[in-house]
Amino acid sequence: MVDRSTPPTRPPLSGASLVLRLAGIAVVVAAVAGAFAYVNGTLDPQRLTPKKLINVLETNNGVHPGFRRNHSKGVCVIGHFESSFDARSYSSAQVFNQARTPVVGRFALPAGNPYAPDGAVPIRSMALRFTQANGQQWRTGMNSMPVFPVGTPEAFYQFQQAQSPVPATGKPDPAAVPAFFASHPESAPFLAWIKTAKPSASYVTETYNSVNAFYLVNAAGQRQAVRWSMVPVAQDAPVATAPAGTDFLEKDLVQRIAAGPLRWQLNIILANPGDPVNDASKAWPEGRKVLNAGTLVLESTQPQLNGECRDINYDPLVLPAGIEGSDDPLLAARSAGYSNSYLRRTSEVSQLPAAKQEAQQ
Amino acid sequence: MSTQPKHFAPLARLLHWLMALMVMAMLFIGAGMVASVSERHEWLIHLHKPLGVAILLLVIVRLAVRFSTQQPPLPADLPGWQVLAAKASHVLLYALMLVLPLLGWAMISASGEPVMLSGSLQLPSIVPPNAQVFAFLRKAHGYLAYLLLLTVLLHLAAALFHGWVRRDGVLQSMLMGKDRS
Repeated sequence: MVDRSTPPTRPPLSGASLVLRLAGIAVVVAAVAGAFAYVNGTLDPQRLTPKKLINVLETNNGVHPGFRRNHSKGVCVIGHFESSFDARSYSSAQVFNQARTPVVGRFALPAGNPYAPDGAVPIRSMALRFTQANGQQWRTGMNSMPVFPVGTPEAFYQFQQAQSPVPATGKPDPAAVPAFFASHPESAPFLAWIKTAKPSASYVTETYNSVNAFYLVNAAGQRQAVRWSMVPVAQDAPVATAPAGTDFLEKDLVQRIAAGPLRWQLNIILANPGDPVNDASKAWPEGRKVLNAGTLVLESTQPQLNGECRDINYDPLVLPAGIEGSDDPLLAARSAGYSNSYLRRTSEVSQLPAAKQEAQQ
Repeated sequence: MSTQPKHFAPLARLLHWLMALMVMAMLFIGAGMVASVSERHEWLIHLHKPLGVAILLLVIVRLAVRFSTQQPPLPADLPGWQVLAAKASHVLLYALMLVLPLLGWAMISASGEPVMLSGSLQLPSIVPPNAQVFAFLRKAHGYLAYLLLLTVLLHLAAALFHGWVRRDGVLQSMLMGKDRS
């Protein structure tokens, strides 16, 4: 734009016309900005956002910089998956169609405090990342409970709010959680299970369930709704009572894995037509067809502060071609919430205890 | 004497309006997906990634068109600060349209996730996995997207100012019309 053009002659605007035209510009710009402020949630404060989900976890558990905002205490595991090829006709995913797929996993305690005693919660979790030869990944986060307490992210948020400290006492209201369950009848199957659940002495004796439903998709495009479970192969009798101390789970795992690889069988449960695919609070009836899709073999452990699993976001919607998410609303909420937690903790890596030690060395 | 065009080249105008739609959609999709826990979050992300790559490809074409065609000159009576603002904001718009998709691509790479444009279409990673690099790129992606939104709003206001208040042919240069009659 070296040269400048001579502007066309134009009659000057009257004062009123000028004001009107400037106001018109302001209205157009404000309309776009306002629509944007609605979409990003500023003008829609009632909306449940990923930020609110993670904030309530921080309110309840405190902020532990660099750690996951939930399932904060855990240990990395390294191994591989051996396909049985039985899931091949249901899913085109390479993990089921190749003999061996490397895995980086993590066992954890479903609590938001990385220093919580292992007996604090009667649930354990297993997260896995399968890396296929074609570069696609399958990430899954499983829990030792058979069903989720609630079916929607809104109910999960209210459940967390019921556990938040009350300003007057600085402690949670003891009546809030019972009141929550009373007004959420969908939590009955979870409550029936947790009544009998005891904190296990080992990660190794537990069965881990996807809880949410997914679809397997085969090469012909046929979709089959499924849930899956990792079932321990060597069924040691679970130790009836958890040992004393606060950190027995990791010690137990390190000891057992030193004695030899640990194995789980991947059972894929096929839904019958009519089974609830969009509600993780509802169990599927017994008698469903189960595929033995293969064996998870875990060979070594790494501390979570500098192990490979530390920087992995076990987002259950990172899926390879051949596995798809269902319309279970918790799946999208987990994906969105984990992503928010992941940004917070990856921004704080330098504040992690191990990172500080390394810096001092 | 070279004759000055009154309009941008037809291809430049087509790219401008196509990308205006895409960039606005992209800004709203991005803001919506990070503020949602519903299924919307999922399908918005599945739009965001391929649309971002499409913008990246188109902005390269557009830069080529920009440098190979003649631009209509700014009016001679435009105050110097407005000339400067016009030029600086255009450089910023081009830079952000180029950088934001690359940042998005790089941040997913740094997170260690495969960069999937669809269920099976995968792009190569352009940055090795690193949590701290991810956090930096992710924040830069967010802040620069807001800078792009502000620049687009300024661009919109300036275009309407040219069209409704100054009536100097600048807005018309990006609208319909033939140059020589």
